[in-house]
Amino acid sequence: MSDEPLLKVSNLTKYYGSRLGCADVNFELYPGEVLAIVGESGSGKTTLLNTLSANLEPTSGEALYRMRDESWRNIYELSEAERRFLTRTDWGFVHQNPADGLRMTVSAGANVGERLMAVGDRHYGRIRDTALDWLGRVEIAADRIDDQPRSFSGGMRQRLQIARNLVTGPRLVFMDEPTGGLDVSVQARLLDLLRQLVGELGLSAIVVTHDLAVARLLSHRMMVMKGGHVIEAGLTDRVLDDPREPYTQLLVSSILQV
Amino acid sequence: MNAVANYNFAYLDEQTKRMIRRAILKAVAIPGYQVPFSSREMPMPYGWGTGGVQVTASIIGPDDVLKVIDQGADDTTNAVSIRAFFAKVAQVATTTHTAEATIIQTRHRIPERKLEAGQILVYQVPIPEPLRFLEPRETETRKMHALEEYGLMHVKLYEDIARHGRIATTYAYPVKVEGRYVMDPSPTPKFDNPKMHRSEALQLFGAGREHRIYAVPPFTDVVSLDFEDHPFEIQHFEEPCALCGAEGVYLDEVILDDRGGHMYVCSDTDHCEERREAGFVGVLGMKEAAE
Repeated sequence: MSDEPLLKVSNLTKYYGSRLGCADVNFELYPGEVLAIVGESGSGKTTLLNTLSANLEPTSGEALYRMRDESWRNIYELSEAERRFLTRTDWGFVHQNPADGLRMTVSAGANVGERLMAVGDRHYGRIRDTALDWLGRVEIAADRIDDQPRSFSGGMRQRLQIARNLVTGPRLVFMDEPTGGLDVSVQARLLDLLRQLVGELGLSAIVVTHDLAVARLLSHRMMVMKGGHVIEAGLTDRVLDDPREPYTQLLVSSILQV
Repeated sequence: MNAVANYNFAYLDEQTKRMIRRAILKAVAIPGYQVPFSSREMPMPYGWGTGGVQVTASIIGPDDVLKVIDQGADDTTNAVSIRAFFAKVAQVATTTHTAEATIIQTRHRIPERKLEAGQILVYQVPIPEPLRFLEPRETETRKMHALEEYGLMHVKLYEDIARHGRIATTYAYPVKVEGRYVMDPSPTPKFDNPKMHRSEALQLFGAGREHRIYAVPPFTDVVSLDFEDHPFEIQHFEEPCALCGAEGVYLDEVILDDRGGHMYVCSDTDHCEERREAGFVGVLGMKEAAE
């Protein structure tokens, strides 16, 4: 991990009219670091993620991002062209429902290759080789490259979505409940894969989850949200082993033991 | 004036024609850009060339000579009706000869004879948006045109190669105009795409139902999209036209009987007729003359 952060967020606030989405969020994210945002439904964690990934405009506050040329830019002040370019090259967004992040009517290979073609790759053979390589890395058999994601299982779709996002070598990936809706054994396999890829590629990631086990396995640091506010933040192991806030204690003690 | 309804010259009223001419001027100024216009109800159903007819009505003058083709042919219902329409409402001269025409309204073909400066080719366009079947949202496709995000177009070509081993798109093959806008050349066969490149004639496209007009001015670059390792190529035909023996032209297959008999003839009927008049004869043309 380098000493300079990748993302600096200060006083980020999002209101929906008079209703609070999230308020006064401050944090710094370092290269190679995985940050988990946990909390109950309606606590503002998805609002925060959508605001951070520039899908929503914040009411106030700023998020400074260190671009590839080392310049610091407020992501809400980028032009639309710059922002769209950033989101499909240097960033990734893994949706909870893979159908939201994939093109369901084109083949797996084209899904992975789309970002490459969007940045100007015009060589079919090279695009296909890259797609094959990435399908292998997310454990999808090479002979499924020409199949549409419609014919894939939920776990395979989620892995394909991850490959599609990582193909341009992004430095920051947003994930919204990446294991939601998958059964437990598939979840475990996906988490394993994610942890391995994040480690290999030195990615930074912001993961929204209500599942503390996902936070424990994937993240270095975590933030606990309640009612739109961050009530506790710290190293994942510290927060989970020694929760300070009463709400966090409640959250940790609610995990089902088998 | 008697009680029978009278039409303004070329059917449309002058205000409407001015509105369409403004749209055409804007389209010519920004090659390949789809200009919205207030499309009118025409006395024919959508899909019969309401866009093309409105463009023609706005640019036609009493001295113009009009030719109308439908899939290359001058003698099909659509072509005959539109020709008769303008002969009636604008009293213009009509022709079937490409060389004599000043305005050629076309559905799905470009004439084989090279068009010259001063001629105008008006296309009837069903769906003007090349990205439509890949991205259904109009707000999004407009944004993609504005920001020149055309990666999606190549996703379609990629799918073609992945499924068929080659780019299997044969008509409405996407082109890039003057290095900027990706444009749908209307459902012309890709055989005609090279004819659009640096054409001497002005090319106007009208989509009535979709309320869009776009244009390719003379001497404008029109480049078909492709991959480096799968370059663009046009259709090739095994045999020449059965009636006039022409090679290197676009051919239609005509079924002759119910035992698999068929022949290939020029899609451009005017081109075929001119060649036969000049003495060229194909395999079946010979037989016809002998009988």
